[in-house]
Amino acid sequence: MERHFDGLSANGLIQTFLSSPPGTEVNVFCGIEDMSIQVNNINKRFGDFVALDDVSLDFPSGELTALLGPSGCGKTTLLRVIAGLEWADSGRVLLEGEDASATHVRERNVGFVFQHYALFRHMTVFENVAFGLRVKPRRERPSEAVIRRKVGDLLDLVQLGWLADRFPSQLSGGQRQRIALARALAVEPRVLLLDEPFGALDAKVRKELRRWLRRLHDELHITSIFVTHDQEEALEVSDRVVLMNHGKVEQIGTPQEVYEHPATPFVYGFLGAVNLFHGRVEGEHLAVGDARLQHGDAAQAVSGDAVGFARPHELEIVTDLSSDEGLEAIVARVLSFGATARIELYAENGIDEPLHYEVELPRARISELNLQPEQRVRLVPAKLKLFERKTA
Amino acid sequence: MAGTVAARWQGESLAERYESSTATREPALVKWSIIAVSLTFFAVFLLLPLAAVFTEALRKGWDVYFAALAEPDALSAVRLTLLAAAIAVPLNLVFGVAAAWAIAKFQFRGKQLLITLIDLPFSVSPVIAGLIYVLIFGLQGWCGPWLQEHDIKVLFAVPGIVLATIFVTFPFVARELIPLMEAQGKEEEEAAIVLGASGWLTFWHVTLPNIKWGLIYGVILCNARAMGEFGAVSVVSGHIRGLTNTLPLHVEILYNEYQFAAAFAVASLLALLALLTLAVKTFVEWQASRHFED
Repeated sequence: MERHFDGLSANGLIQTFLSSPPGTEVNVFCGIEDMSIQVNNINKRFGDFVALDDVSLDFPSGELTALLGPSGCGKTTLLRVIAGLEWADSGRVLLEGEDASATHVRERNVGFVFQHYALFRHMTVFENVAFGLRVKPRRERPSEAVIRRKVGDLLDLVQLGWLADRFPSQLSGGQRQRIALARALAVEPRVLLLDEPFGALDAKVRKELRRWLRRLHDELHITSIFVTHDQEEALEVSDRVVLMNHGKVEQIGTPQEVYEHPATPFVYGFLGAVNLFHGRVEGEHLAVGDARLQHGDAAQAVSGDAVGFARPHELEIVTDLSSDEGLEAIVARVLSFGATARIELYAENGIDEPLHYEVELPRARISELNLQPEQRVRLVPAKLKLFERKTA
Repeated sequence: MAGTVAARWQGESLAERYESSTATREPALVKWSIIAVSLTFFAVFLLLPLAAVFTEALRKGWDVYFAALAEPDALSAVRLTLLAAAIAVPLNLVFGVAAAWAIAKFQFRGKQLLITLIDLPFSVSPVIAGLIYVLIFGLQGWCGPWLQEHDIKVLFAVPGIVLATIFVTFPFVARELIPLMEAQGKEEEEAAIVLGASGWLTFWHVTLPNIKWGLIYGVILCNARAMGEFGAVSVVSGHIRGLTNTLPLHVEILYNEYQFAAAFAVASLLALLALLTLAVKTFVEWQASRHFED
């Protein structure tokens, strides 16, 4: 399948991609080391609510970055500030090195994909995608023939060419979002911003579209930021994850880095299920009540009161109660389906509410242990990540 | 088999399903008495007066009917009514769209006050609305002496009638559009602007098509009220025959002069206007719901 763009003078990103034979990887930014998007010391308040608190971030060219955090953490506000749909109280936004803080949205040349698609409901799919081209000033506006060809190519790119004459209300959610993406790409944006792009879709479509977005990004290499509150989505799709909480950046890193080496208790807790052990650091152990748990990390410079974090798969269950290892707990429920089984346990220290724990073990190990509800066992962490306890 | 049943059920409306099931169906007595009450009410209070207007208008035959309409004073009243509506409706169209746009799409100080002000003509008696203009432009009013010095006539003249009509029909378009635009949100506009469209293009290609049917609906209601307004216009008009009488005022004058056939003939014009408005309104509602379902 050959594609020609004889009539085009400007040769932008999308055209470069579309006009290349299939299978060729196009990397327009190859070798360019600069940062496509930088934000410096952004502050934004809504009344008394601090949405962004002195946020500074660099988004490298050609990467897909996820802004991840709970709702109300400021991630969408940051995205809208970058797009120009929201104004920061102070701070700067740089697009490809130039200060865009005072540039109007329509001159920033960004692509924006909304959570609820925001397709123009009275226009056909074709007209939706063509909109960005049709509203260009007369001297920049491509001819009708070029518009037709370009929109056709974009619809092929999102694999929905056969829907060109439909109206948005006749499409499924996933199709709508793909059209929204094609529409955003039509103006050859410098950066692509996606605000919870899969948030309104059901779980199955979401997973498909996630994979599809990753593939598309690998082909186009357009600098992209997408906002999500779903940690699995962020870890699976992005090159880099920026974790935000209460208007501040908690951690930046590759999905593997942030998952395996969470920098703060918040990140640890947000990126998956977690078990907490409150105690005191005593050498290589964390003393929790009478129990002593080996934390196995000599390099950790935490002393005094501390909180130990362990993921469910990092805990082992020992049925031999005479062992002095680990912490005593009582089995509440055993949930065994899939490749691994989950065991819910609780421990009573006689003072507070019972503490709850969750352990994940392989199926084989479960049948070996043969755990019964209300059985007393000992919990032994393989490793503990220690954080200093904040005195409230 | 199950599929066809499901399809049949989907095809039926909820009301039909309630009717066909003995579990949800009301006894026939209840059903028919409710229908009878509402039909009687409809006949006595709506259909009967409407019929009366046309019967009275034609009581002395078609010749009298057409003579009453062709009379110079009647024609002048028609012209003035059309003129007042032709000025008031477009102005309130522009104002209504602008106000609804501002209220539905932006946050600003004094927004609640603006909403209250838009509703003012609904809550104030039309007579008061007329009196406001008398207070401002009347001889003893604030601007009266200055206007007289410069020989500008507002009260008891066409400008006063137009002003009163604008005031009374102020809320119709805005009130129709605000909930519609609020429900639609501003994401589509934001999408258009991010794609590089100017404010004007965004309004023209995105906002306006989305509110088209609501806008037409508001304009129809606004027009019906502009042509039918009596109270406010009566206060500022001065009832000068052939000069400052609108159709409703002309009907009153004829009636007071015991020219019943002529009064009802002119009134029948207003009744026809109402029927036409209803027809257009029904058509617009049907169109709007069709577009909504799409």
